Amino acid sequence: MPVVRIPTPLRPHAGGVDKLDLAGSTVKELFDRLGEAHPALRERLFDGEELRRFVNVYVNDEDIRYLEDLETPVAPGDEVSIIPAVAGG
Amino acid sequence: MGAEPLEFEGRETDPVSAERVLGLKCRLCGKQYPKEALNFCTDDFGPLEVAYDYEAIARTFSREAVATRPQTMWRYWDLLPIDGEPTVGRHVGRTPLIRADRLAKALGVGELYIKNDAVNHPSLSFKDRVVAVALSKAVEFGFQTVGCASTGNLAGSVAANAAAAGLDAYVLIPDGLEQGKVLGAMIHGARVVAIEGNYDHVNRLCSQIAFRFGWGFVNVNLRPFYAEGSKSMGFEIAEDLGWRVPDHVVAPMAGGSLIGKIHKAFKELEILGALENPVKTRLHGAQATGCNPISATVKSGASKVKPVKNPNTIAKSLAIGDPADGYFASQLIRDTGGWSDDVDDDSIIDAMRLLAETEGIWAETAGGVTLAVTRKLIEDGRIDRDESIVVCIAGNGLKTQEPLLERMARPTVIKPSLEAFEALLERDAAPALATV
Repeated sequence: MPVVRIPTPLRPHAGGVDKLDLAGSTVKELFDRLGEAHPALRERLFDGEELRRFVNVYVNDEDIRYLEDLETPVAPGDEVSIIPAVAGG
Repeated sequence: MGAEPLEFEGRETDPVSAERVLGLKCRLCGKQYPKEALNFCTDDFGPLEVAYDYEAIARTFSREAVATRPQTMWRYWDLLPIDGEPTVGRHVGRTPLIRADRLAKALGVGELYIKNDAVNHPSLSFKDRVVAVALSKAVEFGFQTVGCASTGNLAGSVAANAAAAGLDAYVLIPDGLEQGKVLGAMIHGARVVAIEGNYDHVNRLCSQIAFRFGWGFVNVNLRPFYAEGSKSMGFEIAEDLGWRVPDHVVAPMAGGSLIGKIHKAFKELEILGALENPVKTRLHGAQATGCNPISATVKSGASKVKPVKNPNTIAKSLAIGDPADGYFASQLIRDTGGWSDDVDDDSIIDAMRLLAETEGIWAETAGGVTLAVTRKLIEDGRIDRDESIVVCIAGNGLKTQEPLLERMARPTVIKPSLEAFEALLERDAAPALATV
């Protein structure tokens, strides 16, 4: 299964774990599963059906905005990272 | 510290700074946080910003009080977010604001100033301002290891200031930066790590490192405090103009933070009644065409900033494809009636030479960007030729020599004889025959 990595400050909303193994063939499906298990976490990532403005998501090393956004396909073993966008500069 | 920030919710605030620094506040939802090493809201990922009590600040801040203080950025300590005395970067700031009449004449404008952070102490860029605040705060929080993601100037500043403070520094940069910037970090003993990829890759990795190891990354978990340091550039501009704000400011944009903090500085001085004129300054942002996510947003009127996947410009210090403050910078530019534009590499070099030849200031490539965009805004009528303009030069040309070496002639070599020199003068007197 693909693995979703959780940023440290949000782990309290994911049962304290740093990663979640989730089933799904796209990023959207992974986040749907994540929302079922940890609704408070999904609420923080999404505004309705859209990712919030300052949430970046990567599949392996690539920003999903350069791929197919939430429809980006994922395969077993892929690593999906949630990274706060407010950094750097 | 910083690894479990939620534990700090409800913590009692420090009694000294509680008077003027209230804590952190989300720029999107307004949720309040105590002073802690955290850069984003855990409810909506919005940026956290320092919140102040301006009534408390007004009890200590006045033009007269500032006039008695040291000639450094810390003369505005009331408006900077540390609790006690600064412990790092105590000599940073108070760089010259230069009335640039020869450059003004070349551009066909009446009142032009250069804010010259190319001579900032100790590392020759405006980054010394933000690092002074971030590392002073890091010491207050008790961090021993600090770090940054850098396009070059921040690397040197973190390395130098951490060395002086006895802190351990990890500096992460994209592979392929200018030699002057790499050496400028390594000489101070920092652990410099070059990442395969561009700045955005470096930045992402640093976001993961900062929280994983509980280190103080100046532009990650310390970012709310760090960013406030840029305000000192705005305070200095206003004070040096006789506590007036200019009609126009042109600032370089990489992450997009500086331009907003200059405006915030002006507004804070206005709140405190320290200004002679109202803040109607138009903020203009400068980018390179090879990495223009913010200027493209302003020009298109889009509400979302579209990142640039593969930045390609000689202005490497501005090569941030996914700017953290791009959204706020584009909003600010629109709200103040400013504009943003971008320029190609040849225009950058031309502007670097123009600044050097008219004012004796050798800016880095990003300075060439800022001046070239200023020229474009003037030519396009977006800046009125009769209004006052401040151009912010944020870094030093000594650190970005490579693109100049490729484009500039070498010195003329002659024999050590009077005859050879006279022959040279004869050639110089006949320009059509002159060679280099």
